[in-house]
Amino acid sequence: MSVLDVRAMEVRRGGRLIVADATFAAASGEVVALMGASGAGKTTILRAIAGLDSIEAGTVTIPRPVGMVFQFHHLFANMSAHRNVWLAPVHVLRQPRAEAERRALELLASLGVGDRASAMPHELSGGEAQRVAIARALAIEPHILLMDEPTASLDAARRGDLATTLRRLASEGRTIIIATHDAEFARACAHRELTVEGGRVHVVS
Amino acid sequence: MSTRVFAFVLFVCLTLLSAPLRSQNLPELRWGGDAEGGAPYVEADAADPTRVVGFDVEIAQLLASGLGATPRFIQVGFTSIDAAASRGDFDVGLSGIEDTPARRARLAVTVPYYEFREVLTVRSSDKDRYRSLADLRGRRVATLGATLAYDLLVDAESRDGIVPVTYEDDVHPYSDLVLGRVDAVVLDAILAQRGVRRNSGLTNQAAVLAVGHYVGILSAEQSALRDRMNAILRDAMRDGRLERIFRRWDVWNDDQPRLYARVLADKSPYPVPASSLVSSTTAPDATTMTPDAMRTLSPPQTWEAARRYLPALLRAAVITIVLSCLSMTLAVITGALIASGRIYGAGPLRVALTGYVEVIRGTPLLLQLFVLYFGLAAIVQLPAFLAALLGLGLNYAAYESEIYRGALEAVPSGQLDAARTLGFSERQTFFLVRAPQAFRLALAPMTNDFVALLKDSSLVSVITVVELTKETSIFAANIGSWVIPGMMCAAIYLAMSLPLARLARRIERGWRHG
Repeated sequence: MSVLDVRAMEVRRGGRLIVADATFAAASGEVVALMGASGAGKTTILRAIAGLDSIEAGTVTIPRPVGMVFQFHHLFANMSAHRNVWLAPVHVLRQPRAEAERRALELLASLGVGDRASAMPHELSGGEAQRVAIARALAIEPHILLMDEPTASLDAARRGDLATTLRRLASEGRTIIIATHDAEFARACAHRELTVEGGRVHVVS
Repeated sequence: MSTRVFAFVLFVCLTLLSAPLRSQNLPELRWGGDAEGGAPYVEADAADPTRVVGFDVEIAQLLASGLGATPRFIQVGFTSIDAAASRGDFDVGLSGIEDTPARRARLAVTVPYYEFREVLTVRSSDKDRYRSLADLRGRRVATLGATLAYDLLVDAESRDGIVPVTYEDDVHPYSDLVLGRVDAVVLDAILAQRGVRRNSGLTNQAAVLAVGHYVGILSAEQSALRDRMNAILRDAMRDGRLERIFRRWDVWNDDQPRLYARVLADKSPYPVPASSLVSSTTAPDATTMTPDAMRTLSPPQTWEAARRYLPALLRAAVITIVLSCLSMTLAVITGALIASGRIYGAGPLRVALTGYVEVIRGTPLLLQLFVLYFGLAAIVQLPAFLAALLGLGLNYAAYESEIYRGALEAVPSGQLDAARTLGFSERQTFFLVRAPQAFRLALAPMTNDFVALLKDSSLVSVITVVELTKETSIFAANIGSWVIPGMMCAAIYLAMSLPLARLARRIERGWRHG
């Protein structure tokens, strides 16, 4: 049964057609890789699914909330890694502060950055920042996790770690959509690969 | 063709060469005055604004012709006329300048050429209530800053409990008297008669509060030239030329022949004491100036005066700091609202706010203060301090808003996207993510602006608020020198602005760890 269902989605920016007729679906517990060269429209597809870019035509069926991890992480620069993670649970989900803080620490620890909780974003390495960003996205308990170029700032060893982490998260029942041009990484963690070309989505396997 | 060109060049050369020759035969008498002072002293000729007219202009002509020179007018701000004289910006200053002990100590001063009376002007409805300064306890009494009338009011402040209010010009004291912003004006009779003529409903009281004299001032080294001018003035007193000048300007009265008799009877440079302000009349209200103000100040006495003025300077510094802090608070709040409106607001609001920012930034603060205090007076009469606070606050709000707008736009849009995907509302995103980061970016330029505002607050003296700079210039006028008052003023400004810079650095550091 599909959790995410994208049908004939069209996105324009400044009149230019960026995504044309994107149609695909993803099931619960599935890791799907959107493959394609830079500028093919992968990021725009993710942004449209997340609701950051408005769609011109078509439909997107998706359970909220949606977790999104950006290529450049975009951690809130004015607060610690820990607060980046518990802020939304407290202010959006209205969880008690103490509980949210405890859960945030658990999430950070489960991603291997528990010892960096008190660091400010500018003090984190690329890999650490990315794992904090994943923790932040997971803290709101999304059914779907969208990841844009997750391997951009990682070395080979870290890429392997991330693939393992994503497999684990999927095995817990989450749907994960990854936009990447890293074929090796896609093979390592995705159940299914789709190719994006000129804003259209093709099924590869 | 070429001969005509040659002839033209020759003509130009001869003209250029002859200019210095001519001026050697007929040297110029450079005389300084303030055309803003207006008639009957010095004012721009309505028919030809490049020329000046007034009795001081005619006295300058009289002195120049006596010296075989042509007079040339040099515009000088009234409050800086003493400094300009001692620097030699002009040969003689003539602009209704009062004979004071401080001027005699620092400058070469001519014999007095006119005697004036300080009189009290009130609204006609108050004419039986406010007959003298003693009747004005707790009331606001206006005058021109840095004049003997001001010293008179400072004296009356401690004796009669009046509240002196100083103006930079002699027009607004009377218009504010009509409006009820002040309850009386003390100025010399010439200005008082003009004030009553221009504004209906005002009355000059007959009582004479004090008597003073107008003199010409030269730099201290020019005592020889001063003596020649004294001879010319005495001649003009004798042969009636001075009388004709003052009659032409309709300010001749019986006090003048008495003054001239005293001046002609005594051949010394100072036939009339500067302290004649103590009063040569028997009017019951005639007041005695404080003995301190009458003294000729030597350097140790200058230090003594500095010690005496320090409490007044510190009080004025409190006005400066309170006004600056309140104005900055207003500027920060309004600036933040403008910046938010320009980023989040609807089209028409954005256009209106942009218009506000451009108009405020594109016009002088001085003009804005004038409009707020004097321009709006017909509609709403703002108290001076409130007008100063609004003027400074709303002016700086325009600058602050641009800082905040820049700082808000500098927060990476990716973080705002991240906040949206996490489900934060626009409001939450603003207060939790965007504003705190923008604030840190804005802190350094804000501190800069606060220091600038602290100093710009000196402009509010034009709308009668006496703050640190104004008090300093009053002090300087009183002792006749800017050196010590200037140093004290600078030290107090620094003492206020340096801790501010330190505080800002500390906040900035603390923020990094927040």
